[in-house]
Amino acid sequence: MTTNISSGGRAKCELSFTVNGERRTVRVHPMERLLDVLRQELALTGAKEGCAEGECGSCSVLMDGALVNSCLVPILQAKSANIVTIEGLAAGAQLNCLQEAFLDFGGAQCGICTPGMILAASHLLQRNPQPTIGDIREGLSGNLCRCTGYVQIFDAVAKAVQFKART
Amino acid sequence: MTSNRIVGASVPRKEGRDKVTGRAQYIDDMTLPNMLYGATVRSRVPRGKIKKITFGSGIAWNEFVIVSAKDIPGKNCIVLIVDDQPCLADGIVNHPEEPILLLAHPDRHALPKAVDTISIEYEPLPAVFTIEESEEHREIIWGKDNTFKTYLVEKGDIDGVWEKADYIVEGEYRTGAQEQLYIENNGMIATYDPERGVTVWGSLQCPYYIHKALMTLCNLPADKVRVVQMETGGAFGGKEEYPSMIAGHAALLAIKSGRPVKIIYDRMEDMAATTKRHPSRTRHRTAVTKGGKILGGEIEFAVDGGAYTTLSPVVLSRGTIHAGGPYYWPNVRIRAKAMATNAPPHGAFRGFGAPQSLFAMERHMERIAQVVGLSPIEIRRRNFLQPGQTTTTEQTIREAIDLEKLLDRALELSNYHAKKQRFSKDNRMGTSKKGIGVAAFLHGAGFTGSGERNLSSVVDVEACADGSVRVLVSSTEFGQGTKTVLCQIVAETLGLEYDDVTIAQADTGEVPNSGPTVASRTVMVVGKLVQSAALGIKQTLTTSGALERSYSPAEFRTACQNYVAAHGTFRSSARFEAPSDVFWDDEKYRGEAYAAFAWAVYVAEVTVDLSTYSVSVNDLVALQEVGKVLHPVLARGQIVGGIAQGIGYTLYEKVIWQNGRMQNSQMTNYIMPTSADLPPIRVFFEEMGNIHGAFGAKGIGELPMDGPAPSIINAVEDALQVRFDAIPLLPEDIFEKLATESISKSGPHSAGGVQSQ
Ligand code: FES
Ligand code: FES
Repeated sequence: MTTNISSGGRAKCELSFTVNGERRTVRVHPMERLLDVLRQELALTGAKEGCAEGECGSCSVLMDGALVNSCLVPILQAKSANIVTIEGLAAGAQLNCLQEAFLDFGGAQCGICTPGMILAASHLLQRNPQPTIGDIREGLSGNLCRCTGYVQIFDAVAKAVQFKART
Repeated sequence: MTSNRIVGASVPRKEGRDKVTGRAQYIDDMTLPNMLYGATVRSRVPRGKIKKITFGSGIAWNEFVIVSAKDIPGKNCIVLIVDDQPCLADGIVNHPEEPILLLAHPDRHALPKAVDTISIEYEPLPAVFTIEESEEHREIIWGKDNTFKTYLVEKGDIDGVWEKADYIVEGEYRTGAQEQLYIENNGMIATYDPERGVTVWGSLQCPYYIHKALMTLCNLPADKVRVVQMETGGAFGGKEEYPSMIAGHAALLAIKSGRPVKIIYDRMEDMAATTKRHPSRTRHRTAVTKGGKILGGEIEFAVDGGAYTTLSPVVLSRGTIHAGGPYYWPNVRIRAKAMATNAPPHGAFRGFGAPQSLFAMERHMERIAQVVGLSPIEIRRRNFLQPGQTTTTEQTIREAIDLEKLLDRALELSNYHAKKQRFSKDNRMGTSKKGIGVAAFLHGAGFTGSGERNLSSVVDVEACADGSVRVLVSSTEFGQGTKTVLCQIVAETLGLEYDDVTIAQADTGEVPNSGPTVASRTVMVVGKLVQSAALGIKQTLTTSGALERSYSPAEFRTACQNYVAAHGTFRSSARFEAPSDVFWDDEKYRGEAYAAFAWAVYVAEVTVDLSTYSVSVNDLVALQEVGKVLHPVLARGQIVGGIAQGIGYTLYEKVIWQNGRMQNSQMTNYIMPTSADLPPIRVFFEEMGNIHGAFGAKGIGELPMDGPAPSIINAVEDALQVRFDAIPLLPEDIFEKLATESISKSGPHSAGGVQSQ
């Protein structure tokens, strides 16, 4: 199994944090993984489990502005944090420029790495609004994609930068 | 139709919006009320008799649903080609990780401990782990002689060529196992009720393979089994056959418990227990003239199939047919065999046997070039297949393919000659050596030989009440763009907008059996069927008078709405019919192996660092002829993605085996390329015109898997002037080889395996 943290029969605690701008309160075991709390308690299934050991980045979310692997974060650490998941990126029906660019330039194939990849790209652009291709390669190297060979993901991020500059 | 509006344009992926917003529903995102979680108790030994199973103490076993082979309502096997693989081991195990028992519990956290407390005593039996051990027959572990399947291809008079040869060139080449490593692990949910039977939802490639397997396993009629594909997070062949096993397990637990059951593998279980690419060994013995012409040769191709037959005969078949590469063999004998070992069965993985035998062919061409004293370019030029010539299976090349032109363009795009010259000069100094290598290859699209005829695929296209048109196929989307391209074909065929066409979820309760989504057949074979079914819709509308001969998309929508309002929704079907002039002899393994081949030349440039022994790929030019490119963005994505997997296959991804079990079944110790590891991959298409698929498209998905390994290893040899004949090639392998070479001082030109006559 993916975790040796058992919640069976152990004490639960109540804690609150902000997810995609909304304040949420959950009652869970304090060592429950943030990934499971998002997916199971809050039905935010955009973050995926690919490896459960911090290798693949498909569980990436933003926590207080930092990109974290939510499979490695015990929920206790997320107490009072401000969390953004892929579900919080689009404004209603309006896609964010990265989402738009991933859609247009082939950044998503099977899509399983896509939520994590888009969040990693968004984190990169926050720190570095004008990244070079080298910066993009480096910035996304914590997120594995088995489908695309990354080239079209780089294309998409580069286009999103241009797109942002225009608007 | 002269100019296409939609085919050839990069329209947005049908399910793309859901994927970029995180709304796409994969199997682990789905929950049913009252659902249990399932887990699998597996064999820890490679081969043995099960003596005793003990359920440990400290577990509330009464809370668990437990299923063993005794609970199987039907036949205990996973039906595919030969029914030798049990769903649950019954008394005997034949490989590590073989499923023995199933558990289910409402709390998924309760499962790992329960699985761990079950102890199984075995009476060990001697096991076999390599092709060589298997062919020694000291231990018979499968059938009469450990052999799942053999093929013999014979063309011309091979026994007569040896005395005419100026050179006889021999070589042996090996490839390792490779994990598909889709980022979404395998998973299934099953429900059962006596009225409706079994329904499973899951991550899968072939709904009707599972449908058939469940009918036999659960002893249910066709209408009491339903298989639904969820969004699937990568497959690459890895979700072709094993999902039938997981679906079977979930179904057995659901039948016994009467509750929905979800089984999701974690990464370790997925890597250790499910299929991988077949390890292989290829031996070549080739008769060549002084001028570098191949007179003929013997090729022996062997794959390690693991413990049960599964898809090995078909993988072997593709590897066999591709073993001669894109060259003309006037005389040839190919002997191929799939051998049993006590490892989990190896299975489908993009390329399906061809990357293995093509690696051997393209490495062997280098050796022939060295022996004859020609350049790697010239030796290929002199042996390329020409239109009108026949392949090793005596299939006449009818396409106007020009491989020399393809080669020349690839050399130009990669600046091959200038680089080759510069590297050989620069390499005299320093500890970093550069090299450049070429590989030429082909990949057959669709099922081999009589496969498509036997499949007899069916597709439907439906006219809907809102005036739109819906495609119904069992072809699945797992990233390649199936949904998008099939909708493009229909929109183009009917003169509609892309958004006027939708596609149904692959659900056996609703879609006909259009065959499995494998073998690069979807666009070429299913696409063509979808095109003719779409024409059926148009015909119904025009003959009824609802639609004029020439119309706008809006007029079509109105006509469709009116017709459906009056007569109800209607479907138009198309079924595959083999062209009558296609000849294939399954006995002699001779004839038209594939409806079409895609052709390619790849050029790789590498640097080998002699202080770390690591190889980095600096440039990879991929030029291919795949017929008409229907969607440039998707096509390029397929090529680049396949090349990235091919680079992993060549330089990074090594499965470490111990007693038939994968030791490095984690992403931390089985290394796939990251975004920082890959070179610029430059993709080019050449359209030489082909009449087979819809709008002239051929298969594309598997081709890019064939080229990276030989082009990169050829480049490594160019850099170091030392021969490497096995992949994966990791720094430790280079270190070891260089250490032995420097002792024996034998370069590639003096190495053994060559006889001059
Ligand atoms: S699942 Fe968290 S990094 Fe892979
Ligand atoms: S799109 Fe499939 S893993 Fe990235």
